[in-house]
Amino acid sequence: MSRIEIRWHGRGGQGAVTAAVIVAEAAIAEGKYAQAYPEFGAERRGAPVRAYTRVDTNPIYTRAPIRNPDVVVVLDPSLPKELYLEGLKSGGYLIINTKKSVKEVYESIGRSDIRVAVVDATRIALETLGVPIVNTAMVGALVRVVPIARIETIEEVIRASFSGRLAEANISAVRRAYEEVKVST
Amino acid sequence: MQEVKWRRLPLNSNYAVAYAVKDCDVDVIAAYPITPQTTVVEKLSEFIANGELDAEMIHVESEHSALSAAIGAAAVGARTFTATAAQGLELMHEMLHIASGLRLPIVMTIATRALSAPISIWCDYSDLMNTRDASWITLIASSAQEVYDSVIQAYRIAEDPRVLLPVMVAYDGFIMSHTYEPVYVAENPEVIREFVPRRKTWLTLDPDKPITLGPIANPDWYYEIKYQQVVAMEEAYKVIKEVDEEFGRRFGRSYGVIEKYRIEDADIVLLTYGGLFGTVREAIDAMRKRGINVGGLRLRLWRPFPAEEIIESVKGKKLVIVLDRAISYGARIAGPVALELMSTMYRMSEKPEVLSVVVGIGQRTVTEEDIAEITALGMKYLEEKRVPNQTIYWGVRA
Repeated sequence: MSRIEIRWHGRGGQGAVTAAVIVAEAAIAEGKYAQAYPEFGAERRGAPVRAYTRVDTNPIYTRAPIRNPDVVVVLDPSLPKELYLEGLKSGGYLIINTKKSVKEVYESIGRSDIRVAVVDATRIALETLGVPIVNTAMVGALVRVVPIARIETIEEVIRASFSGRLAEANISAVRRAYEEVKVST
Repeated sequence: MQEVKWRRLPLNSNYAVAYAVKDCDVDVIAAYPITPQTTVVEKLSEFIANGELDAEMIHVESEHSALSAAIGAAAVGARTFTATAAQGLELMHEMLHIASGLRLPIVMTIATRALSAPISIWCDYSDLMNTRDASWITLIASSAQEVYDSVIQAYRIAEDPRVLLPVMVAYDGFIMSHTYEPVYVAENPEVIREFVPRRKTWLTLDPDKPITLGPIANPDWYYEIKYQQVVAMEEAYKVIKEVDEEFGRRFGRSYGVIEKYRIEDADIVLLTYGGLFGTVREAIDAMRKRGINVGGLRLRLWRPFPAEEIIESVKGKKLVIVLDRAISYGARIAGPVALELMSTMYRMSEKPEVLSVVVGIGQRTVTEEDIAEITALGMKYLEEKRVPNQTIYWGVRA
């Protein structure tokens, strides 16, 4: 694995920053190098939020923002596509929380040079957590599609950062999304 | 001597500060929350609440009071800590001089941030550069690991009887304060506490042995007392190096007063400080692949200024490009470090050209491409023998 750069898109309150940090924590726990940071500024509930994760097997020195991510993870499908497709590398991944099929997403984004993964994370979150907070489900989808950390490590990180029942509910969300995510061929 | 056991944790630089302060077993913390420093004190409160740190947390009503409380605590012999940024550091400014004038070994961290007005919560080094003449030893870190290590070193330096000056450890607000990255922290903090042993090295207030701290000094003595701070800074320079070397021997990590990157055979040297050096470093690797003979220098110690090391490092180079993230308004060379470098180089017989460049003001983005373009511009100026004797404001819409 060389360097992988991930950009997370959500709205304030959906946990995009936490998701970015969980993935970095898992990569670091596995002995890799990682950075996770929020888009600094607007963090009002409902406002578009970005967060970033950079993972590498070698040390990371740069502190320049990620402008051409390898992977974009979209927590909120109502965000404008121009926002989350910006700079996404050709050959990169769009992992999106949606009820749509891969085919339908391709039709709506108008880009065929990227790979698409879809997961109905809102439904998973409602069924596991009882609230539409989709960040952990999206982490599950991400580590299935892009192997930057093992799902077991993600689960350990979640157990360490959430308390008992909440941890278990989030782990269910991770596992469900990991199983249910569908990737373009 | 007990061996240190490291834990590799994902921490941002604010949390790295908190871990270091805990591991140094401070007695008194006085702080007022300000973005982007706030989570330093939040984490420390957590450590106190869960019993990992036995310290007094004084919640004050302003930064002026925060440093005043730290001064009071240090004056009775407590190991003290405070943290701030931006307007908070400005509000403290009066007390900065009192802390250093009273020779109190206070340690403070700064998550550097732009100054208002207009209001900006984002990163640059305007706040830190305004403290230049306050007689505080000033270290600038470029990774969360270095933040952790530097805070530990800071207590050893400050409390050294040859020094007795307060120490600031600065790092990029947001760009570092809020970025998680791997940090090795001691699993057995007693090893760190051994490295920063408690020694009563400074004059303290004691009811059984009354003294007065900070009385008036008339013209017949004020100057001599202030000159002692000049001497202390000179002594500090040696102590800072000694402590860093000992830290390296003991824990396997040391930083020096400047960091050099691929400069041995370089014609052009990029000099900067803080987190930006990481970006410069990767830009240098990319430029080297294209055959450009460029290297990097990082200023880790700002006060006292590592003049000898800098002169030694730039000797024989063709061009030094200084990337500053602060503006000295009205100065022809408006980058504070560029200005310092040029005055330091004045007596060199054969000196490189210097290009002063201001970047990243109010956290304006700086990418590897910016660094490459700035380098190309510097090379063009050099070739045409017209390196400007004034600062370039990179990327500004003027």
